[in-house]
This record gives sequence, C-alpha cells and structure tokens, in this order.
Amino acid sequence: MASFFDIRARQAAAAAQASSSKSSAPVQDNRLQPWVEKYRPKSLDDIAAQDHTVTILRRTLQSANLPHMLFYGPPGTGKTSTVLALAKQLYGPDLFKTRVLELNASDERGISIVREKVKDFARMQLSNPPAGPAGEEYRKKYPCPPYKIIILDEADSMTQDAQSALRRTMETYSKITRFCLICNYVTRIIDPLASRCSKFRFKALDETNAGKRLEDIAKLENVKLEDGVVDTLLKCSEGDLRKAITFLQSAARLVGAVAAASAPDKKRKRAKIEDEEDDDAMDVDAPSDSSSKAVTVRSIEEIAGVIPDPTIDSLTTAMRPSRSGTPYSRVSKAVEDLVAEGWSATQVVTQLYDKIVLSDETVENWQKSKIVLCFSETDRRLVDGSDEHLTILDLCMQVAGILGES
Amino acid sequence: MALLVDKHRPRTLDTLSYHPDLSERLRSLAASGDFPHLLIYGPSGAGKKTRITATLRALYGPGVEKIKIDSRVFQTTSNRKLEFNIVSSNYHLEITPSDVGNYDRVVIQDLLKEVAQTQQVDLAAKQRFKVVVINEADHLTRDAQAALRRTMEKYSPNLRLILLANSTSNIIAPIRSRCLLVRVAAPTEVEIAGVLAKVGKKEGYKSCEPLEKRIAKDSARNLRRALLMFEAVHAQNDIVNEKTPIPPPDWEALIDVIAKEIVEERSPARILQVRAKLYDLLTHCIPATTVLKTLTFKLMPKIDDSLKADVVKWSAFYEHRIRMGSKVIFHLEAFVAKFMRLYEGNLLGMDIDWDD
Repeated sequence: MASFFDIRARQAAAAAQASSSKSSAPVQDNRLQPWVEKYRPKSLDDIAAQDHTVTILRRTLQSANLPHMLFYGPPGTGKTSTVLALAKQLYGPDLFKTRVLELNASDERGISIVREKVKDFARMQLSNPPAGPAGEEYRKKYPCPPYKIIILDEADSMTQDAQSALRRTMETYSKITRFCLICNYVTRIIDPLASRCSKFRFKALDETNAGKRLEDIAKLENVKLEDGVVDTLLKCSEGDLRKAITFLQSAARLVGAVAAASAPDKKRKRAKIEDEEDDDAMDVDAPSDSSSKAVTVRSIEEIAGVIPDPTIDSLTTAMRPSRSGTPYSRVSKAVEDLVAEGWSATQVVTQLYDKIVLSDETVENWQKSKIVLCFSETDRRLVDGSDEHLTILDLCMQVAGILGES
Repeated sequence: MALLVDKHRPRTLDTLSYHPDLSERLRSLAASGDFPHLLIYGPSGAGKKTRITATLRALYGPGVEKIKIDSRVFQTTSNRKLEFNIVSSNYHLEITPSDVGNYDRVVIQDLLKEVAQTQQVDLAAKQRFKVVVINEADHLTRDAQAALRRTMEKYSPNLRLILLANSTSNIIAPIRSRCLLVRVAAPTEVEIAGVLAKVGKKEGYKSCEPLEKRIAKDSARNLRRALLMFEAVHAQNDIVNEKTPIPPPDWEALIDVIAKEIVEERSPARILQVRAKLYDLLTHCIPATTVLKTLTFKLMPKIDDSLKADVVKWSAFYEHRIRMGSKVIFHLEAFVAKFMRLYEGNLLGMDIDWDD
C-alpha cells in the first residue's frame, strides 16, 4: 500500500511541475502546434479508454519491471501516446532523452540500422539520474527503473530481414533494454518477435470517451460547436481519435474561431512585425464577429471529404429504372458530374454501398448479393490504381442493370 | 511568346475567377499564421496548381515567384545515384517524386529531413516555416507515403507540406488524416465560357459567345484544355464566328477514326489495321488508359443502348488489365476484339452470355 501512495505522490508532483513549466513556455509556439500533439496525453491517467492496458502498465510503474511490449490496433487509438506517456512517467524530462530511442518509418530502418543504431543504443550504459539532493527529489517524482526503452513505431513496415535481426538483440540486452513495438497489423510482425513480447490490443475508441475528449478540447480552445458536430466527427473518423481532432482543428481554422481565441498573442506578434507592410493581412486575420461563428456539421463533412447526400441521391436515382431516357445516358451524366466535381472514387464507393446495400429496403436480397460482388471487384480495381471514371461508370452501370432486373 | 494558359494565369487569390468560397478559405488559412498541411485534390485542369501558387504568394509575398531549378543527386542504399530536379524559391520547394519511380522514398526522406532541420534563413520572411509542394502525390509509392507520416508531425514547426493529387483514393489513410483536405472541383461550362470571354477581351479577340460556349462544352470541364483550344482556334482563323470548327487534338482525331473503323467492319483484317494506329498513338506517348477511355466514349454514341453496359464493363476490365500487365498493346487489342464480338453478336440477335 505504501508504494501505491508513493506513486500517487510522484504523479502529483510531476503534474505540478509539468503545469508550471507549461505556463512559462511561449504561448505562440503552443498555438502553432497541431492539437494532436498539444493534447497528447501527458500521463497514463489522461489516456481515454484502453482501461485494461492502462491498468497493467500502471502496475509496471510500481514494480519497476517491464516486459517487451507489442502494441497493436487501428490508427488513432492511442498506441504511440500510451508508450510516450509511460516513458515520460518513468524517466521524467531529464532522463527521457538518454533513456528512450524512438524510431519510425520516416527513419531509414533497413537491416543496417537495426544492426548499428538499435544495437548500439541497446548496449549503451545506462545514464544516471542526477546526483545529490536534487537527484533525490527527482527520484521521488520518477521511478527511473534501470533499463532503457526502444520504441519502434510503425513496426509493421519494417522488412522481414530487419525484424529477424532484432530477435537476438532483444534477448541479449534484455537486462538493460526493453523494446516496444507498435503496429497496426499484428500479422505483419514475424512470429519469433511476437512471441518475445507481451501483446496489448488497442481497441477502437468507444463513442462516449472520444466524444468527451473532443468536447474538452473544443472547450479549451474556445471553439463553438453546433449541435451534432461531435457525432458527425465521430462518424467521419471511424474511431480514429487523431483524425477526429485533426478534422476539428481544420474546421476551427476555417471558421476563424481560433483567431478570436488567440487575439492577445496576435497583438504581440503584430508589434514585432509592425515595420512590415502586411497590416491589412493581419486585420483580415481577426474578423470582429469570428467569436460568434460556430463549427457546422457541413464544414466537418467537407473537410472529411464526405459527399453531400443530394449528390449521392441524384446518382442512385439515375441508377434506378425509370422511363425518362436510357439508363446509360442518365448514369453517364451523373457519373461525369461526380468525377468533374473531384470527389474521390473510394468515397463514392463507400457511400454508395451504405446507400444501396445497407440502408435501402426496396432492393431485394438476391439483388443485393449480386450488387455486393460488383462492389468487391470495383474496390480491388481502385486499389490497383485503375482509372476512376471508367471504374465508377462500370460499377454504376452494372448496379443499374441489376436493379432493372426483375 | 507565352501560351494563353500561362500568360493569363491568376497570380493572387483575389484574381481567381471561380470557387469564391474556396479562395476565401485559402485566404483565411494563409492569414491565420496557423497553416496546416494541405492535400489538394481534383480533376486535372481544375486549377489546383494555380490556387497553390496564389496561396503561397499570400503567405510569403511576391518573393515566391523568383524560382530557380536545382539538380540534386541522391544516393540510394544500394549506392545507385539518382538525379532529381527541384524547383525552389527562398521560401518553398517544389518536387515531383514520382520522377524517380521506386526510389521516391529516398528522396522524400533525405530532402524533407534536410529542409525540416534547417530553419528559415531569411529573417524578414513572414512565416517561420518552409513549404514543400509535392506534385502527383497519388503516384507516391506506399513506402514513400509511410515515410511522410511521422515527418509531418515531427517537423511541423519548420515544415508544411502541400500535396497535389488527382484523387485521394491512392493516398494512405494516415496521410489523409494528417492533412486538411481541399477539393477543387472542375469549373462548370458557364464558368469556363466566362474565363474564355475574359481572356479573349484581354487579347483583343473579337468576342463570339456561341463559339466560347462550344469550346467550353468540348473541353469536358477542363479549363487548361479549353484555353488551349481557344488559342488554337484563334491562331488558325483570322476571323471567327459561331461556325468555325474547333480542331480536335491530333490524337483524338485518330481515335475517332479508329472508332469509326471498328464499327464499320468487324474482321481480323480490320484488327490488324487498327493495331497499326494504336501503335502510332502509343509511340507518341499517349497513355494507354487515355486511349482506351477516349475510344470507349467515342464508341458509345455509335452503338445500341442494350450494348452500352457491356462495353463499359469490358472497357473497365481491360483498363484494369492495362494497369496490372506490362504490355499494353495486348489489352488494347483485346478490347477491340471484344467489342467487335459484342457488336457482331448484337447484330445477329444472338443472346449469349459472354462472361465466361
């Protein structure tokens, strides 16, 4: 029980320190940061959902022992955030740099890197926490366990060879190094690696948690939301919180809601560049009525690339049997418009599928089963990079044909 | 002498003639100081590039128009040397990574890191970040796109990306979720006619509304094409009226001939003749997809309605084959043969399922 209180005390101290350091940081930098980075969870307690994983990891904070870990799950569920928060809580700001190595797909990660960089880091001596009375203090806040962490983000894009090269490295240096692999598809991690790690599955965020998080952020950023915006965000992002937050930020930028929130630091910025002739540009920047504007459902849909219902409806109407004109003339016209408007073909396919297969009761089941075949073929062709206009036209003509049968 | 397309390209956001909402949005983004990564998509000739250039100008002022072309050499892991052209100004870089084919990942990693790790040199610059414009982003390999993911987050203080693509289908989801998606729709025929009238007035051409409307209709909502056609018409005729014929591009005329020939006679001998023409098109660097697509749409008015669905089906089928296969002429020919068979079958009144 003592250790329990101990960990709580540490956390409280760390939180206090974090908030004090945050207020002293330059405000402007914060504003330019993507909200995804700005609102990344600072500690394990901040992490939305994923209770199971968080409970286990919290225990490791107390016991100061950690297995090799493999995090997997769909994008935007908090895998990277969790491991970063854990590392921060374990080591604190001073040791974080020397004890944690983060590699991801944007770094070169062939077999040579695994052999050199990862191995070198893995066998490096542990850096020591600061000595003296300051060090005592530091240790109180952070456990500083005697091992380093190597985070391999997006591990499923590592080559097979590079993964095999990791196998022995992981075991040899297991005394002073822990690995954390993060990936979307656990099947792309070779078995020998997977069996060396304890696996944590991250499930897609449930709507309440994600919704609450979005509302919190909106409140902190002074963004007004119309009714239903949060629901639309969740629907468009399909459980991907990062996507939802990015959509929210983009929408807020578009309505200029952010400009009002950060008016004070704009004045400062303006004073700095007063001698330049872009005064009018700065004036445009802060429209006086921007605070009254709210983020609308439509603007979210536009950003997410969702096709408005009337457009899709006109396409489905064209596909249904009717007396005016031939099916080809109607469908080809509708498809041509759709392509010229620049809508993405995959989005068209997804929404058409929702409309016809999932939510249309008038279509018979045998028709649906035929239609689904067409959708499957179309999707594959699009992934292979076929011409969108022809592919979509083909799909619509086939569906129209099936709908016309009786 | 510059072409009309370049000569009258709008340089600032204020002078863009259509999509006022979009221009307004881009303006507020450029002014807010909080510029996101952008993914601009839309059909070709809709004005994506023009809008980007105008936005960059709004961000940095006229300095962005002083551009230079560098040639850089990159080295792959297997020690192959790649030559790569970069168009750059003091404030932005413009690259077309699909030029180097499968090695685009190397270029993306090396170049973007280099840009991202150096801060803006010009102290008088309006923005702290540099902009990298990536053309043809939908042709980037999966590897290269994966390499972009973390770079976009990590170096966001120094670097903003603008990706240009024809469609978002080939962009992986993680990239899409990190960008602000901006759709540039093709201009409507009325808007195109308006632009043509404006350009014509500036050039001192005598205005002729019916002609402009016809060009707008023929251009398939592609403004660049409309302007080129407009210029061609005026270059070939001193006096234009509503009846002046619009000369189609050579390749389109040739495909028209092919379509006529196929419908006229359906025999192996005819396939041989058509084949020579198809080769002619391919050797002039007309992409096989364009050939097939144009041919399909040229054939459409010439055939019976009951056949159209089938022709589209096979056209899409062989287009996919072209994409997957390596020798395009096979698939083009196969389509021609298939079409002849369908047409013949329809004439004889045979109702055979050609699926199998």
